[in-house]
Amino acid sequence: MIYLDHNATTPVSPEVLRAMMPFFQDSFGNASSFYRPARTARAALEASREKVARCIGAAPQEIVFTGSGTESDNLAIRGVCRSFKGEGRHVITSSIEHHAVMKTCDDLEQQGFTITRLPVDSLGRVSPDDVRKSITPRTVLISIMTANNETGVIQPIEAISAVARERGIVFHTDAVQAFGKIPVKVDELGVDLLTISAHKVYGPKGVGALYIRKGTTIAPVITGGKHERGIRAGTENIPAIVGFAQAAETAVQHLGEESVRVAKLRDLLETAIREKIENVQINGSDAPRVPNTSSISFASVDGESILLHLDLRGICASTGSACATGSPQPSHVLSAMGLSHMQAQSAIRFSLGRENSREDVERTIEAVRETIEKLRGISSVQA
Amino acid sequence: MNEKKPDTELYDDPSDEDQETQPAQGPVLFYNDLVVDHFMNPRNVGEMPADEASGYALVGDPSCGDEMKLWIRVASDRIVDIRFKSFGCPGAIATSSMATTLALGKTLEEAAVLTDDDVIEALGGIPEDKKHCSLLGINALQKAINDYQLKKMMQHTEETDDLS
Ligand SMILES: Cc1ncc(COP(=O)(O)O)c(C=O)c1O
Repeated sequence: MIYLDHNATTPVSPEVLRAMMPFFQDSFGNASSFYRPARTARAALEASREKVARCIGAAPQEIVFTGSGTESDNLAIRGVCRSFKGEGRHVITSSIEHHAVMKTCDDLEQQGFTITRLPVDSLGRVSPDDVRKSITPRTVLISIMTANNETGVIQPIEAISAVARERGIVFHTDAVQAFGKIPVKVDELGVDLLTISAHKVYGPKGVGALYIRKGTTIAPVITGGKHERGIRAGTENIPAIVGFAQAAETAVQHLGEESVRVAKLRDLLETAIREKIENVQINGSDAPRVPNTSSISFASVDGESILLHLDLRGICASTGSACATGSPQPSHVLSAMGLSHMQAQSAIRFSLGRENSREDVERTIEAVRETIEKLRGISSVQA
Repeated sequence: MNEKKPDTELYDDPSDEDQETQPAQGPVLFYNDLVVDHFMNPRNVGEMPADEASGYALVGDPSCGDEMKLWIRVASDRIVDIRFKSFGCPGAIATSSMATTLALGKTLEEAAVLTDDDVIEALGGIPEDKKHCSLLGINALQKAINDYQLKKMMQHTEETDDLS
């Protein structure tokens, strides 16, 4: 199998699994309890918090562990909006956010908030100037992702955070796809809230973190016990948190060399596909991107059909669109970049990772070339 | 006709055996083997030159997700040749292929009563949320038959006009 869907999820790495194991049976205690096994768990929890904090240049007290990247996004957005009660009624976000942010904003809109969804240019970038122009006296939060999951395009976060700072508005960024692929440091980015998730960096699924800059007011979304300083109730998932910290540390340690290696493989993939297949378009390729992601539209063929061909050859990739319930819904990200329904429907996302070799990429190029040739031979639409 | 086995042996995953017992395993099992076969090796693909085609239909709209072009050649009220091209998801391609397979060799009367359910049944079922994709093949077939009949009628009128 050649797995090229690392933006969807990654396998747990051996050292992460090893780090997690003691906390299922040996040190299984509840971190809130008094006795020794619990103290071991609590120590591991706090050590993990320190590790994760260090990875993003934060202080340990600024890290809250959650049940996923999705939950961190929910906590950031709902938590800030709730802390403002009736005062503020306006949130600025982009039209290319992950559903975790998008649907949360949709929900707030239902509850009476005004949401501005900023457009992106043809390269998939939000303009800091648009952010500035959208701010009103009632704006309480700006939430713009660091890197997009479908295209890998990196947003001008420093410039946007400068605007937010200037106007004293809380700024959240979903850095789930950026963390572990490019340097992510909260002070350099200038953000108040930042989401990360373990399973995109060879950690376990079902654990995330939210960075909350000291002094940022946020109300809990999940209430209950006093875990995570009352910001996120629920007995901490110690094995997962320990695994997350290990995964984060490894990813950040190897980021330099690994990002260069993966970028080379991605470039090889894109150059060869451009050379060997006509009428392809690499979405967002002229913008700065995280090194592992490639979104490619193959004119006149359907993305899911490409995926099934590749799947039968043991290659795992993904599409932004899914043909289900009525007419296929093309990716909102690619549509926001101005792609036609058909261009968006013909897009495939390849996202590379640690286990991929040059040979994997070469085999993929050949498989893609054959697949496109075959599907174009059947297609009623001229490429 | 090409009755090749599905291309699943290309799947070089050593865990192949236990895939049978894991129903929710992505697109391959999501579509059954026969659907995958018709997708990988669609029957009757191609175009027919205008002077050979007795009827033609274009259905769907690529800007809405799928499109199909279908040609039939009719002799003695029977579909003796059929060709299609289509743009769409695996479900659309497989059902287009099966629709042409069912129609080939049938009389116009027999072909005209084929339904989407006949296509789905012949394929051994397709996933519920893909059923809308299966409308294309039968739709195109009915339209191509209508096109043929309309042309014949007009020819007939022209001929009778000539006589008068
Ligand atoms: C940009 C982005 N945000 C949030 C998430 C959600 O993270 P999780 O799967 O941990 O809920 C993902 C993962 O799909 C993502 O790509």
